Amino acid sequence: MKYAMFIVIDPETTEADDAAAPSIDGWFDYMIDKGAYLQGIRLQPKSDATTVRVRDGKVLITDGPFTESAEWIAGVAVIECKDLDEAIEQALKHNMAYQGRLEIRPIHSMGGPDDRPKATE
Amino acid sequence: MTPDRATAPDTVAGAVRHGRLAVVATLVRLTGDFDLAEDCRQDAVERALIKWPIHGVPDKPEAWLSVARNRVLDVLRRRRTELERLSDLQAAIRPADDQSCAIEDDRLKLLFACCHQALPVAGRVALTLKTVTGLSTREVARAFLVSETTMSQRLLRTKTKIRNAGIALRVPPADQLADRIDGVLAVIYLLFTEGYSATEGPPLREALTRDAIGLALLVVDLLPAHDEARALLTLMLLQDSRRRARVGRDGELMPIDEQDRALWDRDQISAGLRTLVGIPPDQPSGPYRLQAAVAALHATAARAESTDWGRIVRAYDALLAIQDSPVIALNRLIALSFRDGPDRALELLPTLQEDVAACPLSHAVRADLLRRAGHVAEAIPAYRIAVEQARTDSERRFLARRLNEIPQAA
Repeated sequence: MKYAMFIVIDPETTEADDAAAPSIDGWFDYMIDKGAYLQGIRLQPKSDATTVRVRDGKVLITDGPFTESAEWIAGVAVIECKDLDEAIEQALKHNMAYQGRLEIRPIHSMGGPDDRPKATE
Repeated sequence: MTPDRATAPDTVAGAVRHGRLAVVATLVRLTGDFDLAEDCRQDAVERALIKWPIHGVPDKPEAWLSVARNRVLDVLRRRRTELERLSDLQAAIRPADDQSCAIEDDRLKLLFACCHQALPVAGRVALTLKTVTGLSTREVARAFLVSETTMSQRLLRTKTKIRNAGIALRVPPADQLADRIDGVLAVIYLLFTEGYSATEGPPLREALTRDAIGLALLVVDLLPAHDEARALLTLMLLQDSRRRARVGRDGELMPIDEQDRALWDRDQISAGLRTLVGIPPDQPSGPYRLQAAVAALHATAARAESTDWGRIVRAYDALLAIQDSPVIALNRLIALSFRDGPDRALELLPTLQEDVAACPLSHAVRADLLRRAGHVAEAIPAYRIAVEQARTDSERRFLARRLNEIPQAA
C-alpha cells in the first residue's frame, strides 16, 4: 500500500523530545534501503502560503495556510508499506515523530498529468 | 458423530456458539469483509441446522469452516465485479488452511485488528463486541444505549478504516506485542465496565460482562505468558463475583463494606484467584495486576472489618505511579480513610490535584468522609451536591439513602 506521510511542525514539543529524536539521515538510509521511500516534497514555511477559494461566485484570496492552528504541514513523504503497522513503524523512526507530528494517510490514487480523474468522478 | 435426533438441536447450538469466532475470524481474513464473513457464517449455520441432526455434529470448527468458505466462494462468484478477488481467494484456500492452529491464530489476529489504536475508541469496542458475539447492529446499539443509526454509522466507519487504512489482520511482531496487547486489553475492560456499570436497563448490557470475560479467557488461552491479560481476567472475575451484592433492595448501589458477602460468587472468586497463581510476585506489576490485587484483598476478607486496607493503600500507591487518574487518587483516599480514619483523609483531600476536585465522584467521597467523621452539619450539603452530580440512578439512590440516614437531614 502507498501512504502519504504528512510532516507537521508542532511548537509544543520539548527539549527532551528534541534530544531523543533520531537523525533524519538514518530514516532516509533505512527507507531507501528497503525501497519504501517513493517521493518527498519539502515546503516553504506557512508564512509563504496563500489560500484560494470561490464562494458564491466570488474569488477569495487570503494570506496564510488553510487552518489557523499552530501546527502546519512542512512536507509530505510518499511511502510504500505492507500495512498500517509497517507505516507506523517507519513513522516512529522519523525524527519528526519526536520534533513534530506525523499524519499517515492511505493514498486513494496516485498518477501523473495523464491520469486525471474522469469527468464522472 | 452418531446421529441423535433428540439432542441434536442443543448440540448444534453449542457447536455454533463454540466455533463462532474462529469461523468469522478466518472468513474475515480470507475476504477482508466483516459483513460478508458474518453473512456466510449465518448461512453455514442454517445449512448445519438442516444437515447435522441427520448426519451428526462435527466436533471441530474446521468442518464448519469448509461449509462457510464454500458459501464465501458462492457469493463472490456471483459478484462479477470481484472476479479478481475470487482468483486470489481460490489461491488462498488450500487444504493447509484447515490446520486448527491457523484458526486459533485467526481469532487473535481479528482481535488485534478490531482493537487497533488507529481506530476510534468507541468503534473498537462496538466492532469487537459485534464481531465476537454476532449480535445484530440493533442489539449492539441497545447495549451501548445509542440509536441504531448512530451504531450502524460507527460500525461502518470503523470497518471502512480497517479496509482503507490498511489495518492488517495479524498478530504484531514480538517487539510491538506488549504495546498492542494493551490496546486489546483496554477494549475488553471497556466492554466489561460498560456492562458492569449497567445496574439497570436492557439485560443485554449486563451480558457485556460475560462477553468481556469470555474474550479475556480467549486471550489468556492464546497468550498464556502474558501476565497482564491474566490479571485482567482475574480483575473482571472478582469484580463480577460481587454482581448480586452490589445493588440493594431498592436498586441503590451498595458500597463494598456494606455488601452481603454471602451473595458473592465464591466459585468465581476461586477461579479468579487461581488465574493469578504463577505470576511471579517480584517483577514490576502492571495496572491490571495492581487492580486485581486490590480486588483480591477485598475478595479474601471474610468481613469488611478484616480488610487489609494497608496493602490496598500500597497497591493504589503503585497504581498512581503508573496511571495518575483522579478516580484512582480518590479510591486511594477511601482506602486510606479506613486505615487511618476519616479525619486524616479529610485533611488530605484538599491537597490532591485539581482534577480530583473536578471529578464528580469527589463530592460523594467528601460527603461520606464528613459523615463518618461525625461532621454532620457539613455532610448534609455535601451529600446534596453529590446527589445532584450522580451519574446513574442507582448511585443517586444510594447517596439519597445516606442523606436520609443523617437524623438532622430527614
